[in-house]
Amino acid sequence: MGADLRSPKFWVFGICLLPLARLIYLGGSGGLGANPIEFITRSTGTWTLVGLMVTLSVTPLRRLSGRAEFVRYRRMLGLFSFFYACLHFVTYIWLDQFFDPAAIARDIVKRPFITVGFTAFVLLVPLAATSTPAMMRRLGRRWQQLHRLVYAIALLGVVHYLWLVKKDLTTPLIYGGVLVLLLALRLQWGVILLQAARTRFAPARY
Amino acid sequence: MLIRQPDDILPSEITPPEIYRERRRFMQGMGALAAGAAFGATSDAHAGVKLAGVRASDYQLDEAKTPYKDVTTYNNFYEFGVDKSDPAEYAGSLKPRPWTVTVEGAVKQSKTWDIDSLLKLAPLEERVYRLRCVEGWSMVIPWVGFPLAELLRRAEPTGNARYVEFVSLHDPRQMPGQRSSVLDWPYVEGLRLDEAMHPLTLLAMGLYGEVLPNQNGAPIRLVVPWKYGFKSAKSIVKIRLVEKPPLTAWMKAAPAEYGFYSNVNPQVDHPRWSQAKERRIGEFFKRDTLMFNGYGNQVAQLYRGMDLKKFF
Repeated sequence: MGADLRSPKFWVFGICLLPLARLIYLGGSGGLGANPIEFITRSTGTWTLVGLMVTLSVTPLRRLSGRAEFVRYRRMLGLFSFFYACLHFVTYIWLDQFFDPAAIARDIVKRPFITVGFTAFVLLVPLAATSTPAMMRRLGRRWQQLHRLVYAIALLGVVHYLWLVKKDLTTPLIYGGVLVLLLALRLQWGVILLQAARTRFAPARY
Repeated sequence: MLIRQPDDILPSEITPPEIYRERRRFMQGMGALAAGAAFGATSDAHAGVKLAGVRASDYQLDEAKTPYKDVTTYNNFYEFGVDKSDPAEYAGSLKPRPWTVTVEGAVKQSKTWDIDSLLKLAPLEERVYRLRCVEGWSMVIPWVGFPLAELLRRAEPTGNARYVEFVSLHDPRQMPGQRSSVLDWPYVEGLRLDEAMHPLTLLAMGLYGEVLPNQNGAPIRLVVPWKYGFKSAKSIVKIRLVEKPPLTAWMKAAPAEYGFYSNVNPQVDHPRWSQAKERRIGEFFKRDTLMFNGYGNQVAQLYRGMDLKKFF
């Protein structure tokens, strides 16, 4: 246990559980408001998106800081995104639609924002399933190709949010802006920019 | 449906308004502390005052009323922000008194009433109506007011009056949400004259027997129970009788999604979501949405021969 407490991974794990702990606490104390199901749906959706953004910021952060060990948290962050996506999906099919397969099928086909969200969720499944070291070895080069899907998933997630909002697009556009930035930093000039920033601002490490 | 029924919520189950208000006063106090002296004292002193002389009406429902707390903490009122908790949080800056409502346009003579004379214009009655939000949730609310027709008749509409336009207050100092251009302020709504004169169309000044709280559209609002909630304009300052259909705030904002009529209709979906079901606040399972929100017997004849998919 003592060793666990000193491990940053342990703390990252704990932090990732906070949104769930908050929902459980609010649920127990009647703090979910007049429409608890909407609250839970929104909250799990938000944390899925946040999780994806945090996962996608690992590589730029690594390049900016020069600290390769950041990559060690990436899988956990990605899996937590998937965890919140599962909660989001279960909230929808169980609490919102109450396992009405006809209504769900109609929703997925007819409602663009549901279609997009459902697609993103389905695409997350193979990424989660191939997150083990054994699968990484087995897939070799193809593992990385497969996991580039996360860019499309994050994009679909933002579109899903944009299309469900009644009017005020501010929040989904903020997520969109963050995503565009994170993706741009992966382009060649983005990588050069990050490396330049590192050599300029952090030479004292050596 | 309009047969008088005893309340099926025990009075003991409803959060007493005093307790709720206690909490709100505390929170407003905290808010005022945080805001410093920027706004001075909040002015929601009238909300919660019992309205005198309210008579019961035949407009009752055999459905549980939505608790006062939910009605007053979960609603849309973009003048105070786009989250449904924003109105309760920020409506303290609205000053519902003094207040006047002007009726003008195609009338014999424009008239302006202050809120006290409006309260005495016609007998106040309590009506329990369903409210269906276009977002897919619903409530059952005991409003206090009188039919809009009472007011319109006194203004004597002329032959040119075919529609009625409702204009809400535009004052970003009182309504901080108006500093954002999420809608084109002021909020404008409209009805056809026969819809406006319909006995169900209510001009409400109270809620749960008390003065309307700021966040629910104080001091005077419209309630059109067979239409989506956004048609029921809040904090009204002007009522204009006009010849052409008014261009409403939501039609301006998203013409493909919000039409002039906006009748509750489970068969006509919002372009981005289904309207077949709704979540009644406080209930776990969704329920089927009723045609004209269950008021078809009274209002269906207004739309006879109209293609409701086209006139959504």
